[in-house]
Amino acid sequence: MRRECLRVHGVEAVGPYALLRLERGELEPGAPGQFFMLEAPGRVLPRPMSLCQAPPGELAFLVDPIGPGTRALAALGAGDAIHVLGPLGIGFDLDVARPLIVAGGIGIAPMPYLAGALGGAPALLGFRSDLHAQAAALLPGAEVVVEPCLVTELLPDDPGDVLACGPEPMLDALSEVVPGAQLAREAPMACGYGACYGCVVEVDGRYERLCVTGPVLREAA
Amino acid sequence: MTPTRVPILNASGCLDALVAPDVARQFDTFVTKTVTPLPRQGNPPPRIAETDHGMLNSIGLQNPGIDVFVREHLPRLEGLGVPLWVSVGGFSASDYALVCERLDDHEPVAAIELNLSCPNVEEAAETAAELVSAARAATSRPLYAKLSPATSDIAESARSVAAAGANGLSLVNTIRGFALDARTLRPALALGPGGYSGPALRPIALACVLACANAVELPIVAMGGVCSGRDAVELVAAGASAIALGTVLFSDPFAPACIRDELEAELAARGLGTGSEDRSPAVASPLPAGA
Repeated sequence: MRRECLRVHGVEAVGPYALLRLERGELEPGAPGQFFMLEAPGRVLPRPMSLCQAPPGELAFLVDPIGPGTRALAALGAGDAIHVLGPLGIGFDLDVARPLIVAGGIGIAPMPYLAGALGGAPALLGFRSDLHAQAAALLPGAEVVVEPCLVTELLPDDPGDVLACGPEPMLDALSEVVPGAQLAREAPMACGYGACYGCVVEVDGRYERLCVTGPVLREAA
Repeated sequence: MTPTRVPILNASGCLDALVAPDVARQFDTFVTKTVTPLPRQGNPPPRIAETDHGMLNSIGLQNPGIDVFVREHLPRLEGLGVPLWVSVGGFSASDYALVCERLDDHEPVAAIELNLSCPNVEEAAETAAELVSAARAATSRPLYAKLSPATSDIAESARSVAAAGANGLSLVNTIRGFALDARTLRPALALGPGGYSGPALRPIALACVLACANAVELPIVAMGGVCSGRDAVELVAAGASAIALGTVLFSDPFAPACIRDELEAELAARGLGTGSEDRSPAVASPLPAGA
């Protein structure tokens, strides 16, 4: 576990989202689906973010500015610096025969890095509006739908090895129809490294810390 | 690790030493998450919510219960090489007595902290003093009573637990608070209220430490929003003999080493920490071995 103060290279608008580009420092990018805790300026707690892109010398995170912490991150500018802890948690298992990426909304965040690690993979993306769907540019070649059409409606009869991230209803729907799917879950987190017990999710009838057992959970096949 | 004149501990429930041993090794003593007689699943999520100047938690004492703790966790915690305190909780005097008795013959347990004031679970019917008294009868280990700041007269609470046999005080636990989701105006936490911690708690902790240091001659482990050596030295000046860190660990797991350096510098610059200056007499009382 490593924590460093990293300089901001830049922040770019991607539809309603912000792509926050940080210098990499000595931090490892980790496995796709792992996450980092990003200091949110002016806030008490850092924010968990999965890595979106890992170009040489950089770590890039896609931020949805919906609350005070994410807005503070999106408001950063080149030359600012924030503390970053990571990589943390357990990411996607890349040892899959027929990967299919499925993402909804800000759930696209870990997928560019995942697609790169897989050497390319087909992808299905769903968004709530055309503005949000501009983020599909981060994953060229993906099939894209906008509400009221749902991304689950695009699933082929035999979807293969699904690797997914998105809103809970989407992940719950996937877990019903795709046994064995790898689902990157989300939960409010205070620490990101197992200290606070704040981020539990129910797994097999028990409360497990998502930052320790996830955030990528594999549904029972 | 260089010995510190004012030991630094973690606040119970704010660190899992088995998951993050390197973080735990920064402390002079590791304090476990609260252990109860039976396993507890804890409260449903969402369990945490940030506020402007602190955070709320409603974890609900999730723990494996004393049997699994003694059999599986304690041997591994002993292997960390960090002195150990165990936090004990329950829902009746007999619960506290049972857990304390189970820990009594475990030599590496340097002290037991009695969590008398968790704001997220049902309280025992007995008073804090009655719970301390029950624990006292069950163990010869040093007992630290962790008190709630949510009382009209914490000095009186301190006197009563001291009379019941407490060897020290842990001040303070979180204080009950509430947060609403900004968009829906629904409770941010699944069960509604939660324990409030972080920087906003610090002046409250300072008031409690001062009141208790003037009321009893017991060592005080002070906690509540400490983020820097400056924060820590203020609590020492108010009468604390040790400092515990909680919420700051969530934003920076490596804060303890930094705060220790800052505190050492503050103590040296002010000539504090020798146990003989014009602080509360409580500071002169020694902590039990390991603290």
